[in-house]
Amino acid sequence: MNGVALRILLGDRAKYIGLIFGIAFSTMLMSNQISIFAGLMLRTAGQILDAQEADIWVMDPRVEYVDEIEPMTDMQLGRVRGVDGVDWAVPFFKGLTVAHTHDGMLQQIILLGVDDATLTGVAPRLVLGSVENLKQPDAMIIDRAGFQFMWPGEEPGLGKVVELNDHRAVIVGISDASAPFTTYPVVYTKYSNARNYVGRTRKQMSFVLVHARPGLDTHQLAQRITAETGLKALTWRDFTWATIGYYLKRTGIPVNFGITVALGFIVGAAVVGQTFYIFVLENLRQFGALKAMGVANGTILRMVLLQAMVVAGIGYAIGIGLCAGFFEITSRVSINLRGFELPWEVAVGTACTVLVIIVIASFASLRKVMVVDPAIVFRG
Amino acid sequence: MTDPAIAVRCNTVTKSFPAGDGVVEVLHGIDFDVPAGELTMLVGPSGCGKTTLISIIAGILTPTSGEIEICGSPITQMSDAAKVAFRRAHVGFIFQQYNLLPALTAAENAAIPLVAAGMPMARAAGSAAAILERIGMGAHLSKLPNQLSGGQQQRVAIARALVHAPRLIVCDEPTAALDADSGQIVLEILKNATIAPDRAVIVVTHDTRIYSFADRIASMEDGRIRAVRTAPLAHLSEAA
Repeated sequence: MNGVALRILLGDRAKYIGLIFGIAFSTMLMSNQISIFAGLMLRTAGQILDAQEADIWVMDPRVEYVDEIEPMTDMQLGRVRGVDGVDWAVPFFKGLTVAHTHDGMLQQIILLGVDDATLTGVAPRLVLGSVENLKQPDAMIIDRAGFQFMWPGEEPGLGKVVELNDHRAVIVGISDASAPFTTYPVVYTKYSNARNYVGRTRKQMSFVLVHARPGLDTHQLAQRITAETGLKALTWRDFTWATIGYYLKRTGIPVNFGITVALGFIVGAAVVGQTFYIFVLENLRQFGALKAMGVANGTILRMVLLQAMVVAGIGYAIGIGLCAGFFEITSRVSINLRGFELPWEVAVGTACTVLVIIVIASFASLRKVMVVDPAIVFRG
Repeated sequence: MTDPAIAVRCNTVTKSFPAGDGVVEVLHGIDFDVPAGELTMLVGPSGCGKTTLISIIAGILTPTSGEIEICGSPITQMSDAAKVAFRRAHVGFIFQQYNLLPALTAAENAAIPLVAAGMPMARAAGSAAAILERIGMGAHLSKLPNQLSGGQQQRVAIARALVHAPRLIVCDEPTAALDADSGQIVLEILKNATIAPDRAVIVVTHDTRIYSFADRIASMEDGRIRAVRTAPLAHLSEAA
């Protein structure tokens, strides 16, 4: 009877398309908004995720997230290095400054200073140049999007000169750094240069990046660093979540996206539920006739569920395809929209939600079908 | 006890429905036999209990008391699941509103009882096509119900009732939605195609014009069988 169920479903073209549209719309809206939300949240922790060599980030105890800098004295670096289990530890600077170009343009930038000797913490993917170029005098690496932001229409290239706090800086590399939460260019330079570019103060070290000895539990090492230095030490993963958690708690972003996602769910469930209910109601007499002719309730149940699942499957496939296509197109349209993509977790989560929607939508209909009296067919 | 000539035996069948705080009895101890190899009509005014009785005989409704035996099987003693299986195997239905599935062709609609019994649609539609051809619907096998006239749709319903060779065929007002000529044609086909020595056909009808097709007419009134008349019955149609 599965074939019959599908023929009944496909036979009512208008409702079939309406049901698929409802699911596709709901899928598209939910997956799109959750993906953008996830992308935005990941942007807040972009610089943590780009410093892939660091197992642990050490910071002032009052720091709650990566953009909240409470500088430490350089002496703290030595204390961290002295903790048993630390393989290596390097300073890391993070701050904001203003870049001036020769043509008079002024641009706020995110300045990241990495250890002079090891250059640890630079984004791993370089489009042009190499990380080693940072060892040249006044060298800086800028991200591709930042370059295009500062010199619109120009192909990314090396050798451009900017002025940072009256100091000359030359572009020696173009990185593919993760997009930041703000749209500012991300500039890497040596730690010693970074201090000059923002103006020297007594405390300037934003973070200490720590690599644990191989085989050591990073959580335990982080706890040991905290215990021995009084500083806050978090694994990169914990620090990422702390940063994301800060934005979740302190901004209206989750509420905004949450409302849209809830709307997608409610509209999807309402449209699909209503249409499916009407569809089943209109076929109730046929289902009654089938029951009278000896088709068991279980078979009818399977028929209705199959119809629901087919609608859900096709609607989901279209919706998720549209969502993936949306991100594919937007990432090509503007480099500022890079990093927004459809994570597989969102695709799976949306599939589960669509399943919930279709279960809700079928529930009332199923009940109607189950209790329909086959004697209905004897009533003219 | 079981008489092979009697296809349906109703023994003191009553049926009550809840109404407000009490119950209303709509069938009052029906004793009624339907012989095999005949077309029996169940007639009577609206509300006399015809539909309730036919629903009970078909195993769709459960009587409040009494016994029903269909071809020797005591349907009133069966579980719900067994009744469903019994209907699937041994009962054919023809409804007033045809109840064809709009998305299926004539052959596929007629094949439904076989598909419900587990036969693949292609094979079942082949068997159904043979019956449809027998009743003059060979040219319409691939048509959808909305491409057929009322009479043609009812013929598809007849083929559907026959396709699994049931032992009882139950028809509810088969001509009510048809004009006089179509009704006569449908009844002719119904009688010629369905009557078999081991099968009983029960037709519930208000349509006095088709009484002449009956071998036996049971008249109902107020939940009771008032009279059972046997052939020749042509004069009843003429009188009407």
